[in-house]
Amino acid sequence: MRRLIYLLPLLLFVGVGVAFLRGFDRDPRDIPSALIDKPAPEFALPPLPGHKEGLSNATLKGDVTLVNVFASWCIPCKAEHPIITRLAREQGVTVRGINHKDKAEDAIAWLNRNGDPYASIGVDLDGRVSIDWGVYGVPETFLLDRQGRIRFKHVGPLTPQVVEEQILPMVKHLRSAS
Amino acid sequence: MRALLLAALLALTPVAASAVQPDEVLKDPALEGRAREISKDLRCLVCQNQSIDDSNAPLARDLRVLVRERLTAGDSNQQVLSFVTDRYGDYVLLRPPFKATTLFLWIGPFVILAIGGVATALYLRGRKGAAVAAGGDTAPLTEDERRRLDALLRKDKA
Repeated sequence: MRRLIYLLPLLLFVGVGVAFLRGFDRDPRDIPSALIDKPAPEFALPPLPGHKEGLSNATLKGDVTLVNVFASWCIPCKAEHPIITRLAREQGVTVRGINHKDKAEDAIAWLNRNGDPYASIGVDLDGRVSIDWGVYGVPETFLLDRQGRIRFKHVGPLTPQVVEEQILPMVKHLRSAS
Repeated sequence: MRALLLAALLALTPVAASAVQPDEVLKDPALEGRAREISKDLRCLVCQNQSIDDSNAPLARDLRVLVRERLTAGDSNQQVLSFVTDRYGDYVLLRPPFKATTLFLWIGPFVILAIGGVATALYLRGRKGAAVAAGGDTAPLTEDERRRLDALLRKDKA
């Protein structure tokens, strides 16, 4: 029994080692959002020139909505764009955009070139509304329920894996729940 | 040569440069001082290990301007900090708050120190107890041992 005490340092070392090893798998950039399960912040953003509808709290109620923060200068946004387009066109998810710190003509040219899957886009020129949403790195994507509450957030470009494993099940759940 | 060395040393001196741009600075020095103080406690989420006061990232600049706006609007330091944590969570605070979820973080080191202290005390007491039980360490010297010790000490002095 007394001998067991000599095993203690080894056990401690293994415990700490496992904890550190698990730390390698965690992405330090993945910061939990403070806004999960809270209503979307109060905001109203104007549309892009030539577009009819902007983005505000009123637009976000009624349907399960994916809100995507994007910019024409953001390279990963281009990478995730086909995935978002598929979500909107093939899965029938309502996708709305926040155009983050972009020039209007650049944003329009970018949408003309890459396609526009957004039901509507709000222009956040100074990034102030993005701060209210807790955005710290474009692209970021939020999923909102019918009451306009934020239920899920993804930082960085969407991948097919995130869509399959997290977003689509969540959309299904939120649609059936309310 | 000395001048050269001095110049090299000066060039290598780390300068605590803040990223605050002249156009961000508030006119009221008291408010600006509070803004600087708050900015030093807020993490820049883009670079993560810099405060927004140190970081050149655009988001850090936006947050610095925001902090100054809130202060000018009459917010207390605490109100400004909660304005930012409402949006970004406790993670933005470089000084983690003391609450249930961070209890282990704050108390942990002291708990471990206490465990170590108790373990050491127990171990030392156990050793002393064992020595007394053996009787060896505390028994008086015999006449023979005393003579040998004196001889050794004399030899040492000479």
